[in-house]
Amino acid sequence: MFTIFGVPSGALFGQLLIGLINGSFYALLSLGLAVIFGMLNIINFSHGAQYMLGALTAYLLLQVTGLGYWPSLIIAPIVVGLLGIAIERFFLQWLYKLDHLYGLLLTFGLALIIEGVSRHYFGTAGLPYTLPDSLQGGRNLGFMFLPNYRAWVIVASLTVCLGTWFLIERTRIGAYLRAATENPTLVRAFGINVPRMITLTYGFGVAIAAFAGVMAAPIYNVSPNMGSELIIVVFAVVVIGGMGSILGAIVTGFGLGVIEGLTKVFFPEASNTVIFVIMAIVLLVRPAGLFGRRA
Amino acid sequence: MERVVEPAAKASPWRRNSETIAFGVLVAAIVLGPFFIYPLFLMQALCFALFACAFNLLIGYVGLLSFGHALYFGWASYISAHAAKVWGLPPELAILSGTAVAALFGLVAGSLAIRRQGIYFAMITLALAQMMYFVAVRMKFTGGEDGIQAVPRGTLFGLFDLRNETTMYMLVAIIFLAGMLLIYRIIHSPFGEVLKAIRENETRAISLGYKTDRYKLMAFVLSATLAGVAGSTKAILLQIASLTDVNWPMSGEVVLMTLVGGLGTIFGPIVGSFVILLMQYKLAFVGEWVLVIQGVIFVACVLLFRRGIVGELAYKLHLRL
Repeated sequence: MFTIFGVPSGALFGQLLIGLINGSFYALLSLGLAVIFGMLNIINFSHGAQYMLGALTAYLLLQVTGLGYWPSLIIAPIVVGLLGIAIERFFLQWLYKLDHLYGLLLTFGLALIIEGVSRHYFGTAGLPYTLPDSLQGGRNLGFMFLPNYRAWVIVASLTVCLGTWFLIERTRIGAYLRAATENPTLVRAFGINVPRMITLTYGFGVAIAAFAGVMAAPIYNVSPNMGSELIIVVFAVVVIGGMGSILGAIVTGFGLGVIEGLTKVFFPEASNTVIFVIMAIVLLVRPAGLFGRRA
Repeated sequence: MERVVEPAAKASPWRRNSETIAFGVLVAAIVLGPFFIYPLFLMQALCFALFACAFNLLIGYVGLLSFGHALYFGWASYISAHAAKVWGLPPELAILSGTAVAALFGLVAGSLAIRRQGIYFAMITLALAQMMYFVAVRMKFTGGEDGIQAVPRGTLFGLFDLRNETTMYMLVAIIFLAGMLLIYRIIHSPFGEVLKAIRENETRAISLGYKTDRYKLMAFVLSATLAGVAGSTKAILLQIASLTDVNWPMSGEVVLMTLVGGLGTIFGPIVGSFVILLMQYKLAFVGEWVLVIQGVIFVACVLLFRRGIVGELAYKLHLRL
């Protein structure tokens, strides 16, 4: 055990790890927000609620059907993603011609509904979600103890993030998607079903949020409130990074998670606010955001 | 060039003066209200109505959606309560100090938020408000979860004892009407015309030589200040300031009130805040379902009823309200 700036190395690396974990959730959620905003021109305020629904679905699957973590990791995003598709078909599709603000207000209303219903049935106290046996335990890296599950969360979210980046930037489907973001009318003229692409994009973005929720369930307790506070931080992350770039969202998400973790070590009083302070500084220095294009 | 003919311009004197008449109705309602409605509810509703009107000044007349107005309402409420209780200031100075702090916060938050447009503006205001919520949770003087309780109402100008409900009602009514008159003046001044120009087409306003950032900031500070007046008065009235006033659901609530009443109408937010508060009182027994009902109202308003109650009325009757 050694010390860095007077802080025991174990505590420092421990907080760095927690920072990376939080960062992976920031990255997954801001990535989903950016993908949805690119196609739908809507800021999805219910993203946090959908993240919470992912965790809640995993909890229900375990309690009711006995299906454990691994099946949930597949099933919950599909279920919540389908719900997202229904939301897009029933509500969002009527808003594309209106001011962006209405999309924000409508999804805010949806978030209230989802959170209210969940609170009614599950209360506000956290519900514990047990880890699968295969991910129990951990290993000693010499300078710190690394729980297996936390390592898995970081690897899995990095994989999903980079996979999404690859899908959008390097595949044919992604090319259609980017083209439709730039000029939907022209892409439709080429015979591509843009409205269906929009629907699927929303479902995909929501599914990523639910995936993050399932991964969060064993770390934080499953609680109806878990999404609403997170989404506000993710908004700040999105303001800092700008929504123009997928890689930008990933880098900003992880980076801010780490900075938040370090703040917990050196200046714990500010750990809740540090991301907002960074947002204010970025607005002063680079108003368009770190990776944003000037509108 | 297309020229918009205002429906009221060529209509009967009734229609031309519909705003003035509505003001008369409002004053009459405030004078007669306490005879029919529980005064404490009425006073609380007037505070929220002023809050919603302040918020509407931004969304309705400049087109800026602030999703963090709880910051100014809640912090003004804290400062006013602290000034009255701990510093022992008389109510008029307590309200003034709360208002001053709200104006200051509005200046800082506004100058940051106006650096980005549209949807980012909403996210920035929300994030800054959340930051100041965490500060309120941390700071000693706010009393954390307990809030600041048992705030003395005190004696206004050393003459009027506010423990008397009638005196308190008159103070709240006067503050509310003064706020409304100020908003009315702002909207109909040359300054207000520029704000509306920014709402309709900011690029064009810039090309006409207006420094739109300054106008937006000024409107933001005015809105925050008026929200501060409402929050400070509420703290003295209900004798409590708590985390509820400064947390994000409060920001959402004021959006809802304005949306229900009608964005960009002078009287809509008043109607909206009464409707929402009444709903909360009447439906307090359903617990968490209040949240769900609020969400449903949001969705319904956005999809089916974007003009709101007063906006719809004004549209149907070709009035300006």
